Amino acid sequence: MSTSTEVTAGAAAEQRPAGHKRQLSEGARAERRLGWLLCAPAVIVMIAVTAYPVGYAVWLSLERYNLELPQNIKFVGLANYGAVLSSPYWWNALKVTLIITVFSVSISLVLGMLLAMLMHKTIFGRGSVRTAALIPYGIVTVAAAYGWQYAWTPSQGYLSAAFNNSAPLTRQVSAIAVIILAEIWKTTPFMGLLLLAGLSLVPDDLQKAAMVDGASGWQRFWRITVPLMKPAILVALLFRTLDSFRIFDNIYILTGGNNGTGSVSILGWDNLFIALNLGIGSAISILIFICVAIIAFIFIKGFGTAAPGSAIGKR
Amino acid sequence: MAAATTPVRKVEWGVANVVVIALALIPVLWMVSLSFKTPAAVLDPSFIPSAWTWSNYHEILSTTQFVRPLLNSIGIGLIATFIAVVLASMAAYAVARLNFPGKAVLIGMALLIAMFPAISLVTPLFTILRAIGLYNTWPGLIIPYVAFGLPLGIYTLSAFFREIPWELEKAAKVDGATPFQAFVRVIAPLAAPGMVTTSILVFLACWNEFLFAISFTSTIASRTAPASLAYFSGSSQFTVPTGPIAAAAVVITIPIILFVLFFQRRIVAGLTSGAVKG
Repeated sequence: MSTSTEVTAGAAAEQRPAGHKRQLSEGARAERRLGWLLCAPAVIVMIAVTAYPVGYAVWLSLERYNLELPQNIKFVGLANYGAVLSSPYWWNALKVTLIITVFSVSISLVLGMLLAMLMHKTIFGRGSVRTAALIPYGIVTVAAAYGWQYAWTPSQGYLSAAFNNSAPLTRQVSAIAVIILAEIWKTTPFMGLLLLAGLSLVPDDLQKAAMVDGASGWQRFWRITVPLMKPAILVALLFRTLDSFRIFDNIYILTGGNNGTGSVSILGWDNLFIALNLGIGSAISILIFICVAIIAFIFIKGFGTAAPGSAIGKR
Repeated sequence: MAAATTPVRKVEWGVANVVVIALALIPVLWMVSLSFKTPAAVLDPSFIPSAWTWSNYHEILSTTQFVRPLLNSIGIGLIATFIAVVLASMAAYAVARLNFPGKAVLIGMALLIAMFPAISLVTPLFTILRAIGLYNTWPGLIIPYVAFGLPLGIYTLSAFFREIPWELEKAAKVDGATPFQAFVRVIAPLAAPGMVTTSILVFLACWNEFLFAISFTSTIASRTAPASLAYFSGSSQFTVPTGPIAAAAVVITIPIILFVLFFQRRIVAGLTSGAVKG
């Protein structure tokens, strides 16, 4: 990035050695203006659709606002937050969300790593493995969720039949397990592809040198591959964790959040569209936003995840 | 890798390949199988239909309850993708080529939105869209889709744009091309692959979106195909529409699978460019 500006500035300076300084600052100013002009439309859309509504949600969360009682709107301060945080529904939803996030992300990390190694090293059929892996990635989540739901329906589904005609979606623990399974199936290919890109940056020579020195495959994996891939792993983990924390589609279709399987997103949605309570719904939305901010902060500060894009600024 | 070529190793890798391919395909094939089952055959858990029928496809493709949402999905997805990619290209060009203060802010903002919990926007956007009369309309979905497509677009495109040899533009001008010719003949063809890749990723995200689609629509006037599945009721209210839903799921899935397979190299390049390089 900086090289290209230097080139332009240098060329301009050669042309007019007398007005060197003036020319440079004028060019820089024009470049600055063009930069802002080109970014403006994107920035305006992003602010209009996110920043402004979030501010509005904060305001709504401080009001008693039920769509069924529109004449009864009143500023109530933090009362909605008090109501949410003292409700067992919120804490159960948060627990379910965290369980789904931890299990689906950690299992899909392990499977994604295996998939990435397979795609990296396999001798033949590399193309067909990658092709197959892209199918779960491309499929519409809702469509896949219906497939899983019918598969686990007793006397209709092949998976239910394989497990003694069981009905896992009707009980909390087994239903959450099915939800995690659906998440893992859908997201492992994405994880695998991100890790594959990191894996291809590990130099082969280093592996060969370690092999000559007598390192076992396991040692090479933990001492060479993992440390070199750490940035790619952390970025993939950060994105998958935040993505998993806002899980909605799979739960909505598989259980509708019944039997204590609702995530925080499901809880927020129910409060808005079933209870029609904008005040409580907004308070839940803001609490979810705070949770996501905490997770991102832990990853970026705690683990030193390089936020993707931070390198763009430096270049 | 001398050790990797022994016959035993070959078999091991082959088995691993087959397992991965089977795991990826079986849930999809199950849905295809359901979509061809007669209502009686649906009540039989076998993987291969005991009785085959096209009636599920006939049913969903002859009802506006599914055909209209399918058209909405295509229209909303294409328009949102077009706008998002145009705006993202402008911003990505500035990020990749120009020096201006506030660049880091733009990148940070895009990152923030990429991590944003969509549910946090559902309540306020629902209220705002109703107030300005865009609830249950195409623009009511297109605008949020553009906003969420932009971060993805800016990352992917700025990664691609940085790889373009921009000196060629100057070379073309030295050779007598006008700035317009230099752009159209030299730069545009080099930028096209990145833009195609980005368009595919943004379109897939719009096609897949569900939360906004069920929150900001109330009728088939603007409901998209994934949302319509959740509202689909059978031809009579006493039959659970398993077969038709499976057929509808296959209809919205198969074109995307073909699309993904056809453009797989580009998609892999696009998915990984932002994450690893940038």
